[in-house]
Amino acid sequence: MNWLRPLLLGRLLRLAWLLPLATIGLFTLVSLAPIDPVQAYIGDLSALVGPEQRAAIAATWGLDQPAPERFLSWLGGAMTGDLGRSLTYGVPVAEVIERRLPASLALIGIAFVLSFVLGTALGIAAAASRGGRVDRLIRFVAVTLSVSPGFWIALLLIAVFAVGLGWLPACCAAPPGLTAAETGMGDRLRHLVLPVATLSLVGTAPLVLHTRQRLLGFLESPAALHLRAHGLSWRRVAFGAGLRHALGPALALHLAGAGELFGGSVLAETIFAWPGLGQATVRAATGADAPLLMGIGLATLLFVFCGNLLADVAAQLVDPRLRRTTA
Amino acid sequence: MSLRVESLGLVLPRADRQPVRLLDGISFTLGRGEILGIAGRSGAGKSLVAAALAGILPAGARRAGRITVDGQAPRPRDIALAPQRLDALDPLAPIGRQLRRLARGRRDPGGFLDHVGLSRNVARLYPHMLSGGMARRALLATSLASGADWIVADEPTVGLDPDAADHVMSLLGRLAQDGRGFVVVSHDLTRLTRISDRVLILENGHPVEIAPADAFTGDGTALSTVFSRTLWRAQLPDTVC
Repeated sequence: MNWLRPLLLGRLLRLAWLLPLATIGLFTLVSLAPIDPVQAYIGDLSALVGPEQRAAIAATWGLDQPAPERFLSWLGGAMTGDLGRSLTYGVPVAEVIERRLPASLALIGIAFVLSFVLGTALGIAAAASRGGRVDRLIRFVAVTLSVSPGFWIALLLIAVFAVGLGWLPACCAAPPGLTAAETGMGDRLRHLVLPVATLSLVGTAPLVLHTRQRLLGFLESPAALHLRAHGLSWRRVAFGAGLRHALGPALALHLAGAGELFGGSVLAETIFAWPGLGQATVRAATGADAPLLMGIGLATLLFVFCGNLLADVAAQLVDPRLRRTTA
Repeated sequence: MSLRVESLGLVLPRADRQPVRLLDGISFTLGRGEILGIAGRSGAGKSLVAAALAGILPAGARRAGRITVDGQAPRPRDIALAPQRLDALDPLAPIGRQLRRLARGRRDPGGFLDHVGLSRNVARLYPHMLSGGMARRALLATSLASGADWIVADEPTVGLDPDAADHVMSLLGRLAQDGRGFVVVSHDLTRLTRISDRVLILENGHPVEIAPADAFTGDGTALSTVFSRTLWRAQLPDTVC
């Protein structure tokens, strides 16, 4: 494992310059947003709030200061672990993230595992019946899914399973009027099904096509022909050496796509009113809630960074040719 | 106790046209402990013979003729191929695992490495860590691991320096003495005749002659065809310049 150390060191070094750049970029984008946070906060009560009160709210939030000063003050706090207070939720940003992250991670985690299992299994099945009916059907479904927007899949699932058949709830993590803590495990799982299905289906398509292609590529390679030339059956070659050639890159691809899964969860959480970080992101964005957006932005960055790092580790673990012993 | 090949051919059917005969009329008998060399010019079909014997046919091609091992149809594991391409080794598996895969876990892979003159440490190495000579030996070790009695080695010296080529050829000679039958395909006629019992000369997919290895000597007058003599003389050092 002498290749792992340089890899981790190199990536940590990258994070060291990526984090400051990302915070500056994020803050610039948030300050350039054409939404007035005070107006967004007041909302419908606009007529009842005078200019003095607006100025007072702005001063409380520090919005009367120029952007560079606000950034420095936010940075000073962030360095000591204080990410500021969310304007929309009225609680510390860290608390919003802490409270909502588990719900998002549950959604993303289950969808990650499900889409990997489903995607690779279908990819292998398609490769096994190459050119046959099963292959054509799986490819048709995968290509259709890959060009279908996530929100459309979500609406379709709601239309069929919630509205049409009435089997599953269309929203939220718990029945209306109950908190998640008051809800039984069965009910919680029922509420998970549609958001997880949406996210999983979106993540499945590229895996199906990738796994199929990789497995077929290996089966036509000189290494596979060599094994066949020694009398090993197609099945033994495909499910022995072939799986490593197909599943390793598929796992790396899937981990590298963790960012897309996070993006997909924002959409799914909005549509299914799932009380996770994605829903908070939309609220923060429409309310120009700079501290919360910064906090969520950094959390996302770390999440995607970890996904990419794990993808690199997985790729090099499977394929020794990619390993480097120097950073 | 022999491998018998009768009228081996390889036919590529074409729609509405005459099929292409890639190989035709190749016959020989090989006993255990014997080495049959197959030589010919580039494009003569040498590697196709190797592939046809191992049952790895080009897409759409059909094998003709009869192959028997001790009078019976060969089982899949009777004949093994040590291919020409070094990328026939699985790039994602250490050599030891590749040997175990073919031996179906029956034996310690170290023994196969001993047979081909490789250190047992090679079991832990991946193919990209091996030199050309080591990879050739590893390919031969995979043929031994599969337990085949008849091994077809396709161009086992290609890409090797003269010293490594000599080592691999003499290794084949030693392995044959253990009771296996070898078909060695090579364009290196000089080295091939040193280890072979007989050499089959091939041209355009057809056999020209099967001559005993000691006929390839001097200016080749003991060879029965002009083609074989020309091929042999082209290899002699004084005709190189």
